Amino acid sequence: MRFDLTSEQELIRKTARAFAEREIVPFAAKWDKESRFPAEVVAKLAELGFMGMFVPESWGGAGLDVLSYIVALEEISRGDASCGVIMSVNNSLVCWPLLHFGTQAQKERWLKPLAAGRQLGAFCLSEPQAGTDAAAQKTVAVRKGQGYVLNGTKNFITNGAHADVLLVFTMTDLEKGHGGITAFLVDAPAKGVSVSHTEKKMGIKASDTAQIVLEDVQVGVENLLGEEGKGFRVAMSTLDGGRIGIAAQALGIAQAALEHSIRYAKEREQFGRPIAEFQGIQWKIADMTARLDAARLLTYRAAWMKDQGARHTRESAIAKLMASTTAVFCAEEAVQIFGANGYSKEYPVEKLMRDAKICDIYEGTNEVQRMVIAQSMLQ
Amino acid sequence: MPLPLTLRAAVDFELTEEQQLLVKGTRDLAQGVIAPRSAQMDRDGSVDPVVLEALRANGYFSLGIPRQYGGLGLSTFGYGLVIAELARVDAGIAIMVSVHNGVGTYPIMGFGNEQLRLRVLPAMASGTLASFCVTEPGVGSDAANLTTRAEVVGSSYRLTGEKIWVTNGAHAGFFVVLARMDGKRGHDGISAFLVERGAPGLTIGAKEDKMGLRCSDAVSLVLDDVAVPRENLIGEEGQGFKIAMASLDGGRIGVAYQAVGLATACLEAATRYAQERDAFGGPISNLQAIQWMIAQAATELEAATLLAHKAATLKDQGKPFSKHAAMAKLFGSEMAGRTADMAVQVHGGFGYSKDYDVERYFRDARVLRIYEGTSEVQKLVIARRHFNGER
Repeated sequence: MRFDLTSEQELIRKTARAFAEREIVPFAAKWDKESRFPAEVVAKLAELGFMGMFVPESWGGAGLDVLSYIVALEEISRGDASCGVIMSVNNSLVCWPLLHFGTQAQKERWLKPLAAGRQLGAFCLSEPQAGTDAAAQKTVAVRKGQGYVLNGTKNFITNGAHADVLLVFTMTDLEKGHGGITAFLVDAPAKGVSVSHTEKKMGIKASDTAQIVLEDVQVGVENLLGEEGKGFRVAMSTLDGGRIGIAAQALGIAQAALEHSIRYAKEREQFGRPIAEFQGIQWKIADMTARLDAARLLTYRAAWMKDQGARHTRESAIAKLMASTTAVFCAEEAVQIFGANGYSKEYPVEKLMRDAKICDIYEGTNEVQRMVIAQSMLQ
Repeated sequence: MPLPLTLRAAVDFELTEEQQLLVKGTRDLAQGVIAPRSAQMDRDGSVDPVVLEALRANGYFSLGIPRQYGGLGLSTFGYGLVIAELARVDAGIAIMVSVHNGVGTYPIMGFGNEQLRLRVLPAMASGTLASFCVTEPGVGSDAANLTTRAEVVGSSYRLTGEKIWVTNGAHAGFFVVLARMDGKRGHDGISAFLVERGAPGLTIGAKEDKMGLRCSDAVSLVLDDVAVPRENLIGEEGQGFKIAMASLDGGRIGVAYQAVGLATACLEAATRYAQERDAFGGPISNLQAIQWMIAQAATELEAATLLAHKAATLKDQGKPFSKHAAMAKLFGSEMAGRTADMAVQVHGGFGYSKDYDVERYFRDARVLRIYEGTSEVQKLVIARRHFNGER
C-alpha cells in the first residue's frame, strides 16, 4: 500500500494551489458578498485543463486520472468552495456521463467543448418535489415525431444560469418509477428553456443555483443519453463519481479552516500568551487534523477505486459523508477559535462555515449516504 | 460527592397565571409585529423602527428594572420566559432586549448608588437603550487584561481606549464602559463607568458585518479623552471586574433562554416541514432517520430549558448561581447549534435557501457559543467552581 502521490499528481497539486492563491483567494470574499459568478476564473480553469480533467485528450480533456482531478479540486476549493463546485459539476456530473454513456457523435458535439471548458454543463435531477427521493421525477419527455418534447421544472441546479449544456432527467414512462427515467442533453439556449429564478443561499454564493423551467422543449433522438428508461442508472453512477468531487470540495474547505486556525491561534494572545499554548485550543487543532486526515484518505481511496474501474458506490458515499461532516466540524471549530472575530465577515472563517454546510446536503444528503452505505452492507 | 440535584426539592413545572400571560403577550407581539419583518431585517442588517417602537411601548426595555424606578420588576425567571419567546421568532431582537435588560441595566441596579439609579434607571426603563463595553481588539476571553484607560482629572474621569463588539451600541443612550485606572494592574485596577451618548470624544464606529443576528447591531467605540463625571462611576473604583463578572453571570441566563427560544423555533420548523414534505411515498416524518433527529433535538431542548430554569430560580432565590448560569449557557448554546443544524438538514436543499427561516436560524445560532463568554470560558467557570467544591 502506498500513500504518496505520483510526481505528476504532486505537480498538479502545486499548480492548482498556486493558481488558487493567485487567482481565487484574493477575490473570494468579494464574490461571496456580491454573489458574483467568477466567469474569469472558469475561463482560466479551462486553460489549465481543469474543466475536463479525466477526459482523454482526444475528447478535449486533460487525460489525467481521477485522483489528479480530486487533488486539483481540493486545492481550488481551498481557495473558494464556489469555484470548486462549478468545476466539480462540469467534470463529474456532465463530462463523466457523456464520456461513459455518450455515443461518438454526442462526444463530438457536447463532450469536446465541455471538457475543453469552452462550454459549461449543468446536471438537472432535483425537482421541487423530488430531492432525496430522486425517483419521484415529474418532468416528462413525450415521444413526438423524430424526437421528444420535454416539460417540467428542475430545482437547485448548480451552474444553471450560466450553463450551455443541461443534462436533464425526465420520465418517459410515469408508470415505471426508476425504470421510466431517461436522460437527455439539452442545449441551454433552446426554445422553451428558461431560468425562473436563482436561489439566495446561505453560502457558496459565487456559484449560481437556478430553477430551470422546461416548456415544450423539443429535442431529437440524438439528444438521448444512454437508453430510454435507463436514466436512473446514468444518474446514480454519475453521482457515485460526483460524491468524490464533493468530498474533495469538503477537504479543501476543511484544509482552509485548519490553516486559518493554526495561523490565528499562534498570533492571537490572551492571558499573556498565544492561545495556541492552551490545551483547549491544541485539542481542537488535533481533532481537526485527525478528522481531516481520515477524510482525505477515504476520499483518495474512492478516487483510486474509480481509477481502477472498481465499483465504488459505497466508498464514495463513505468519503462524502466523512468529508462533509469534517468540513462542517473544522469550519465550526475555526469560528470558535477565532471567537467573535470568527462571526465577522472581516475574517475568512465566517464564509467557510456558511460554505461548508452545503456539503452535508447536496449530491445526496448525509442521510442518503447512510442509506447507500447501509444498503450495501445489508443486502 | 453530593448529588448534582437536590432531590428533596419540590419541583413545580407549571407556570403561574401571571407568567402564562407574560408568555402569551410576548408571543402575540413577536408573531404580530416582529415575525413579518424578521427576514427583511436580516437582509437589511438593521432593526425596523416599528419593532423598536413596539418593544419600547410595551415595556420590553424595563423587564427586570424594579417598579420604583419605572420598571416591570420581573423575576429572572419571568425575564427568561420573555427572552425565549422573542428568540422563538427572532434571536437578534432577543439579544437586543437581553443585553439591555441584562448586562446593560444590571450594573446600575446591582452596584450603582441610589442617586445614579434614580437618575438613570427610569430612562432605561422607558427605552433608552443600554450597552455593555468590555471587549477590545486585543481582549476577548481575557477580560482582566483590558487596556482602556481611566485617569482622574479634577472632579471627573477621563477615558481613552477602544471597545469592539458593543451590542446595541448603534442605538444606545448609555454605555457601561470597563476601564483600567491609570497605573493600576490586574483585576483590581478596573472600574466601571456610565458613559452617555453624545459625550465629547466618544465616537460610535461602524456596525460589524456579521454572519447572523443581523438585525442586532454590534459596533466599535473609540473613547478619546472622554470626560465622565464622578457620579457616573458605577460602584467603587476597582470594583469594575467584579461588576462585569456579576453582570455576565446574569447575562448568561439571558443567552441560555435565547438558545431555548431559538431551538424551539428550529424544532417547530423541522417538525412542520417533516410532516409536510413527501418522499418515498409519505411524509418524511415517517422515516426513522428523521424521527431520531427530532427525538434527539426535543430531548436536548427539554434539558436545556430545565438548566435555564434552574439557573434563573437560583438567582431569584438570591443563591449563588454563577456555575449554573455557565452550565445553562454552555449546554443551551451548544444545543441550539445542533438543533439549528438539524433543522437545516431536515429541510435539505431548502434549508440552505433564504426562502426558509431555518437558514437564518442556523446563522443566528452560531454566535451563542461565542458571546457573553465562549463555550470555553463557560467550561473554565464551571471547572473552577466545581474544583472549589461548589454544588
